[in-house]
Amino acid sequence: MAVYIVKRFFMMIATILIIATLTFFLMHSIPGSPFDEERTTNPTIQANLEKFYKLDQPVAVQYVYYLKSIVTFDFGPSIKKPNETVNSLLARGFPISFELGMITILVAVISGIILGTFAALRHNGFIDYMAMTFAVVGISVPNFVLATLLIQQVAVTWQLLPPATWSSPLHMILPTLALATGPTAIIARLTRASMLEVLTQDYMKMARAKGLTPFRVVVRHALRNALMPVVTIMGTMLAGILTGTFVIEKIFAIPGMGKYFVESINNRDYPVIMGSTVFYSAFLVFMLFLVDIVYGFLDPRIKLHRKDGDV
Amino acid sequence: MNEHQSDNAKALVCNRQEDLVRQKGKNRKAVSTEKVLTVEELHVSFKTFGGEVQALRGVSFDLYKGETLAIVGESGCGKSVTANTIMGLIPQPPGRIKNGKVLFKGKDLTKLSKAGLRKIQGVDISMIFQDPMTALNPTLQIGEQLTEGYRTHHKVSKADARKKAIEMLELVGIPSPEERLKQYPHQFSGGMRQRIVIAIALICEPELLIADEPTTALDVTIQAQILELFDEIQEKTGVSIILITHDLGVVAKIADRIAVMYAGKVIEIGEKREIFYTPQHPYTKGLLNSVPRLDLKEEELQPIEGTPPDLFAPPEGCPFTARCPFAMDVCDRVYPETTQLTKDHAVNCWLQDERSKLVFT
Repeated sequence: MAVYIVKRFFMMIATILIIATLTFFLMHSIPGSPFDEERTTNPTIQANLEKFYKLDQPVAVQYVYYLKSIVTFDFGPSIKKPNETVNSLLARGFPISFELGMITILVAVISGIILGTFAALRHNGFIDYMAMTFAVVGISVPNFVLATLLIQQVAVTWQLLPPATWSSPLHMILPTLALATGPTAIIARLTRASMLEVLTQDYMKMARAKGLTPFRVVVRHALRNALMPVVTIMGTMLAGILTGTFVIEKIFAIPGMGKYFVESINNRDYPVIMGSTVFYSAFLVFMLFLVDIVYGFLDPRIKLHRKDGDV
Repeated sequence: MNEHQSDNAKALVCNRQEDLVRQKGKNRKAVSTEKVLTVEELHVSFKTFGGEVQALRGVSFDLYKGETLAIVGESGCGKSVTANTIMGLIPQPPGRIKNGKVLFKGKDLTKLSKAGLRKIQGVDISMIFQDPMTALNPTLQIGEQLTEGYRTHHKVSKADARKKAIEMLELVGIPSPEERLKQYPHQFSGGMRQRIVIAIALICEPELLIADEPTTALDVTIQAQILELFDEIQEKTGVSIILITHDLGVVAKIADRIAVMYAGKVIEIGEKREIFYTPQHPYTKGLLNSVPRLDLKEEELQPIEGTPPDLFAPPEGCPFTARCPFAMDVCDRVYPETTQLTKDHAVNCWLQDERSKLVFT
């Protein structure tokens, strides 16, 4: 296990390095600079600014500075936001985005699995049809459409919940609903499909023949096997939810990282773009790593490491 | 007719089987007359898109304490449905127990609630499945799979259950059981897994063990070991066994009595030697004829021509009529009543009816 984790750690670093490099060169290959649209076209000021942000140096040198900033985890000041550093933006925005993302994942995983399991247990019954109708709708409707509809109906027409911002648990309901519906639908469908397959397995019949309670038969014997495909898509789903938070944050005016990220791209705020890209990719890669570890715990046949003598 | 039959019957029995039959006969203690299980006129059907499959159409038999009853027949004849019905594992719907009783300890299992059934499943009646590669849950340690039934039914501590599990693994011949408890099914070979499945089935010391093709998925040397294990366990625990199989070699080795099923009915039932030496139903004869034998040339293997009837619309008369070389007019129209030939041996065939004897002699 330890060997596996160390190996994975180095692979993670390599992945992040590749992402960072790609981001850097893509950004610099686009013509223009952060100061193009500035009204103060005083050449001295611009030269000073460029010197301050090291934009006057050759790209290769900038790249080295950039790598150094990654290693020291100090991405420097923002170009467009006075008195802000990339780190302070991350420290302020990321916890909120993280909260939104995690609540969404929790809601999606729990409700998706419950929905899918009941649909499979009542195969071709009322619950099954309702769950699958919900799943088709949930997958087809994009989260920004759902978000707008929710604001319009629940917040404006019915006045039940606050329409925007992120200040209390009540404020969290609508954004979470909008963001979690799609993933819930996907997880419900997957759970149902794999559950239906697992339920026909001999070991399920054997579990029933042991006279175990239905709860134990389903939860201990069926669910654990049925969850494998769900864990598999968790990785890609995480990426989807993370990018989803950007859109949802924009719609609900949530002061998370998404807002700064999108703004920074529009403004060519190089340090912010690079800092948040690297940070987000590191986060994602780490989550994928966690998913792999969970995978190994769920299914003992999957070996994360190979000891001598193992077949 | 009778002479012709017994000649025929003698020729049928292969030498190896004959040896096995004798061997088992010698070792076997007298089987008690106490009934463990009575199956009466069991009718089970399954609803499908194509209609209703009449899987069982009146299955009756008794099972005595300490005996092994083999249920034989070709694929789709209702052997496994019989086993699953006794075990209470028929999914309803699509399945439906239309008629009949399964009497066990004075209770009709077909009338019990699900909770009532669970008190019997795994405790009084357990089941062994065909394929040990799929019968064990791949994600649970075998220790847990062994003890969970025992702990559910007996409310014992983890340590006691573990002790019992080790004892069971020793009984079925698995070396170093303590370490094995922590392992997962994929770390065992097929034969070992079947031993574990047997240990799971026996851990609550059931009175009845239903083995649904327990050796079909195993290779021949392992088969022999598992069959010996059955014999050993029966001697030690006195458990009654219903053995479902289409392998007559297995039957010859461990059965006491044999029930032959065809198209959802038991068409012949009797003590093992009676069935092997003096089979009375043309289908039973055909079945014995179609066993490959080492002492005969290949061409002499006689398959039964034709296929079993469609169970969506089963025939009114004897279902074997279309394939039977001795079929009479009456066979097609009326299902024959049971003719009791000896104390144990009974057959449903018009050829054995009192009246047809008048015709043939």
